[in-house]
This record gives sequence, structure tokens and C-alpha cells, in this order.
Amino acid sequence: MAVKTVIEAIREGMDEEMARDESVFLIGEDVGNRGGVFLASDGLFKKYGELRVIDSPLAESCIVGVAIGAAINGMKPIAEIQFADFIAPAMNQIIEEAARFCYRTAGDFNLPMVIRAPWGGGVHGALYHSQSIEATFGHIPGLKVVVPGTPADAKGLLKAAVRDPDPVLYLEHKRTYRLVKGEVPDGDGVVPIGKADVKRQGKDLSLIAYGLMLTYCLEAAEKLAAEGVSAEVLDLRTIKPIDQAAIIATARKTGKVLVVHEDNRFAGIAAEVMAIIMENAFDALDAPVMRLTGPDVPAMPFNHVLEEAFMPNVDKILAKARELAAY
Amino acid sequence: MADVVRVVAADDPVRPLFSPAGELTADARGTLGLSPDELRDLYHKMVWIRRTDQEALNLQRQGELGLWGPYQGQEAIHVGTVAALRPTDWIFPSYREFGMGMCRGIDPAEMLTLFRGLSHGPWDPRRYHFAPLVIPVASQVPHAVGMAMGSRFKHGDDVVLSTFGDGATSKGDWHEAMNFAGVFRAPVVFLCQNNRWAISVPLAKQTAGSIAERAQGYGFPGIRIDGNDVLAVLAAVRAAAARARQGDGPYLIEAMTYRMGPHTTSDDPTRYRSETDLERWNVKDPIPRYREWLQGQGLIDEASLAAINREVETAVEATRNRLKSAPVPAAGEAIFGRVYQHPPDSFLEERQEFESSLESN
Repeated sequence: MAVKTVIEAIREGMDEEMARDESVFLIGEDVGNRGGVFLASDGLFKKYGELRVIDSPLAESCIVGVAIGAAINGMKPIAEIQFADFIAPAMNQIIEEAARFCYRTAGDFNLPMVIRAPWGGGVHGALYHSQSIEATFGHIPGLKVVVPGTPADAKGLLKAAVRDPDPVLYLEHKRTYRLVKGEVPDGDGVVPIGKADVKRQGKDLSLIAYGLMLTYCLEAAEKLAAEGVSAEVLDLRTIKPIDQAAIIATARKTGKVLVVHEDNRFAGIAAEVMAIIMENAFDALDAPVMRLTGPDVPAMPFNHVLEEAFMPNVDKILAKARELAAY
Repeated sequence: MADVVRVVAADDPVRPLFSPAGELTADARGTLGLSPDELRDLYHKMVWIRRTDQEALNLQRQGELGLWGPYQGQEAIHVGTVAALRPTDWIFPSYREFGMGMCRGIDPAEMLTLFRGLSHGPWDPRRYHFAPLVIPVASQVPHAVGMAMGSRFKHGDDVVLSTFGDGATSKGDWHEAMNFAGVFRAPVVFLCQNNRWAISVPLAKQTAGSIAERAQGYGFPGIRIDGNDVLAVLAAVRAAAARARQGDGPYLIEAMTYRMGPHTTSDDPTRYRSETDLERWNVKDPIPRYREWLQGQGLIDEASLAAINREVETAVEATRNRLKSAPVPAAGEAIFGRVYQHPPDSFLEERQEFESSLESN
């Protein structure tokens, strides 16, 4: 067990999977010699060579399309989209092709492929390097979407994604890359897709989050404890398939739920979580389910004051949680 | 400019087989090395896939199929292409390559269950090395490149054929895939079936330049050929595939043809094209053209032609009967089956809910 950052955990996860299975390869922009713009693949080009760490032309749709073709041919591609904000040109390939391939071939072909995309704000990335895309892709049948928030989950879910027989969109939050450190178990440490994780036990209210917001919620929970409010923190970890049982369990346990995400509010993941609670735990609620989200605007500006204004943060979570606790 | 790949004549084994107008030369035609039986079989297959196409059109008109996209006029490409490849070379079709699938050995009745709405994927692509039909235009072109790169990685010598229409060449995916293939010298034969129409938009409005010549810009050769000559298609695909097989990279063939029917059964071409255009291409219909050539070579007589027609009629009737007797699958499996290889529990619960709601109604 050693303490690592999220980016180290991702790199290690890819390295170990490539070493374990020679059909695993990485393809994306600048992933080769440069090691990726965030250094997620640092050293892998030297170790595995240009056939397995492929610097692609600047063409997101083709990165995913080529990965699909390679997966049909028995390979296990990891396709890197440099920023989630640039995934739009590949949407046809992801939604119409990758996510529907198993269905379209009546199960003759599944596509064991991973699409990695750095997402989220708080890095002064502005309009085109800050976006959240989990709700957009969470809506697509045939696709699995994971959103790790800790180093152990980042590595464990990467491994699970590579080994999963279906296409997995693996979203890595840029702000967590070097901010979030934690112990990563030695060995495989595979984290199952579709399982949420209670990161902190509590009894008065539940904070449900993922990605960077998990870190903020844990910090808020610590402060709430000092105020005499016991907050449980549930880390969704997987957006699709979402862990309904875990959501229902925490709602039933505390009776008060706040869902936090930085993605836009309308039809965001919070809406789905709230619907699950209403359908399954209405009778256990002591307050309306609340949500704290990014506003319904495209994304945030560079300026850090304005960026802070856009992003949910510890103070905003605290304010909302106090409102919920007092209800 | 030293970095730019220049396509040179020595790198192009296809061009010497063709006249500047894209006609297969007499010399090349004489050295294809096909036996009389093989030459007759090409004709038999063209007649068979055309009759099946007509039958599917009729079945759609009778309400037996949800939709049909006829390929009448493009049979030389369907038959010539498959004959030029090894059975293990993958084909990535668009949506109009039903005839290619038949030539690969897929039962047409089984394929038609797709258009009858009984199955999303009636054939096993692995068994026939024939990928599923693709509706979003040009989406399949990057897949072919990925498949080919995988083949190189595995040190195999199978090549991949990617086929698409003239409309597809306007798409970003097409460009991205051509560029990718050029950079990685992927063993892909790109085959454009230029049938001059993308639904109602004619070639002149689709592109202002040459499709074949674009290959130069991607660093590999390309050629425009007569796509209504089955032997020309066979010769071009065979030479381009042999080049790719020995590691020399991709090739672009632009096969000129004509979509004689509507885009699909939902289309009415009388709204946008003239009869005279169609009549001009009727003269170049690949089937009578090839029949006359076979007759001129003394390779086929009236009795063999009649026998072929009889055999085809029997086959088509059997196809129709098999299709009509195909059972409607249970809704639960048809709708929920195979969305995932490993379906999540919540998905299985949703399926159960769906199935019990059907039972209670």
C-alpha cells in the first residue's frame, strides 16, 4: 500500500494492464513521446513501443472509430480523448457505433474498449477545457460511464474498464489528478463497475457526489461534524450503471439527501439520483431531496473569481447542507 | 518538403491495368487467369443478386419488409469485389451492400430478417468476415482502418475492404480515416461506389473535384475505374489488395456506376432526376454488358443462360418462403437482448419489469 496521486494511479493502471494483456493498447493525441498532455502515459511509449502507444493524427472521431475496428479484431483499445470538451466530434462513433455494436450484431460482437477523457473544472481551463459530459453519455444505452474520485478507485476502475467486455467511458477529473492523494492497494485492486462506495459514514444527512465533488463533500462533512451534524458521503464512482441500492440505502438511513455535481443542472445526474430516491425511498424522507450543481450555462471562464463562482465548492456545499440539516 | 509522401507510378500496380479513361485494358482482361466456370459464375451471381434485389423491393411494396435500399446497377461492384478478395479479408459495408453479403455466403433470407425487423444482427460477422451494415454515412470507414491496424499488429496478412458511396466522401469520418490509413500504411482498400446520387443530391453538387485523386493528398494511390464492368472491378480490387497485403499500404478505387433505383423505398427519384439520365446508364447496365462479352467469347450459350435463370428463380422463391416463415422473436429478448455483453443488474431488472408489463397487458 503506497500513497499515490490520481494521475499516477491511472498511469500505473494502464501500465499493469498493458503488461498483463498484450492486446491492450493506447491510442490518442500526444500519448506517445510526450506521454500525454497530463503525462498520464508518461514512459509507456518507451516501454511498449509505437505499435502499442499510438500517437494518432488530430482526429477524435477516428481515434474512437479506429479503436472500434481494432476491438472488432480482438484488441482491447484504450482511446484517449485529450479533453472531454473535444469529444463532440467522436459522438457519432461513441453513440451510434460503439454503444450499439453489441445490439446491432445480436451479441456476436461486443467491444471491449475504454475511452478515457479528462473532464471537469477548477483548473482555469475555461470554456473548452472545463466541461462535464457525464450526463450526456450516461443517457446512452450500451455504454458504461465511470467517474473515479480517488487514486485507488482511479486505478481499480481503469482495470475494471479494460477488462469489461463492453465499451466504457472513463472520466478522469483534471483537478483531482495531482490534488487528490491516497493509498492505492498493491496488486490488482479491481474496483467493480456499478458499485458506489460510502466514503464516510453518517446518520443525519447524505451527500452524494463523484469526481472532484467527492473531495469537496468529504471536506464539508468534516466541517459539519464540528458543527454537530453527522454527514454520510456516498461516492457514486459509476454513473452508468448507477448503484441504485446504495443510493436508496443512504437515503433510507439519513432521510435527508443532497446531491452535488458541477455538471449543468438540467437533466443532470442529480435529477436521476433524486428520481431513484423518490421512487424507492419517499416514505423514508425527512426533507425534500436537494441538489447543488453547476449552473445551466456552457462552462466557466478562465478568471479564478468567476470560475469559483461557477463551481460548487466546500462553502456552497456547507451552506446547502446546513439548510438541509435544519429542515 | 522532404516529409511529404509522393505517390509514384512504381507504387501503383492498378493503374497499368487500365486505360486513362478507367477501362480495363484488353491485355489485363486476358490475363486475369479465371476459368470459364469462374467467369460464368460471376454472371450467375450478378443475376442472382439482382433478382433478389427486385424480390426485396416487391416484398417491401407488399408490406413484408419495413424498408429496402435497392442496389440495381451496382451488381458488378458487389460481385467483382468479393471475387477479388480472400474469404478471410474483412469487408466493411455501408447499407447497400446486400449483394456483397450474399456473395460472401450469407443466406439472403437471413439477411432480410433485418429489414423485416426481426433481428438487429442476423448474421455472425466473424463467420463471413462481413461487418454489419452501417446506416450513419461513413461511420464504418474508420472501423476498417482500425481492423486493418489490428491485423498488422497481429502480423497477419489479411486486408480490409472499406466500401462507401460518393456522398460518404463529403464526411469528416471519411477524411479522418483516409488520413489515418495513409499515416499508418494500414492494409485497407477503399472502394468508393460512385453511383452519382446521394438520395437526391447529384455528384456535381457533392464534390467539385475528383474523389480518386484525393488519395494523393493522403500519400497513397487512387484510380477511377469503370464500375459497371465486373472484371474491371475484380482486377482493380485484386491488385490493390495484393499491394496492401505485402505491406505497401492503402489504395483508393473510385468505381463509377449508377444507382438505377430509388435511394430506398421511401424515396421517389422522379422528383429530382430525368428519365434520359437513367436511359443513358441503362445502356451501361453491368449485366447485359457482361453477358454480351461472355457470348462474344463463346463462354456461354442460350441453354446455360436459361439454366442460370431457372436456378435463380428457384433460389429467390426459396428465399421468399424462408423469410416469410421466419418467426417473430419474443419481445423481451428482441428488445432487451444483447445491449451489453455483461448487462448490469439494474438493466436486467428493467427487462423483467418490461416483460411482466407485456404479460399483464
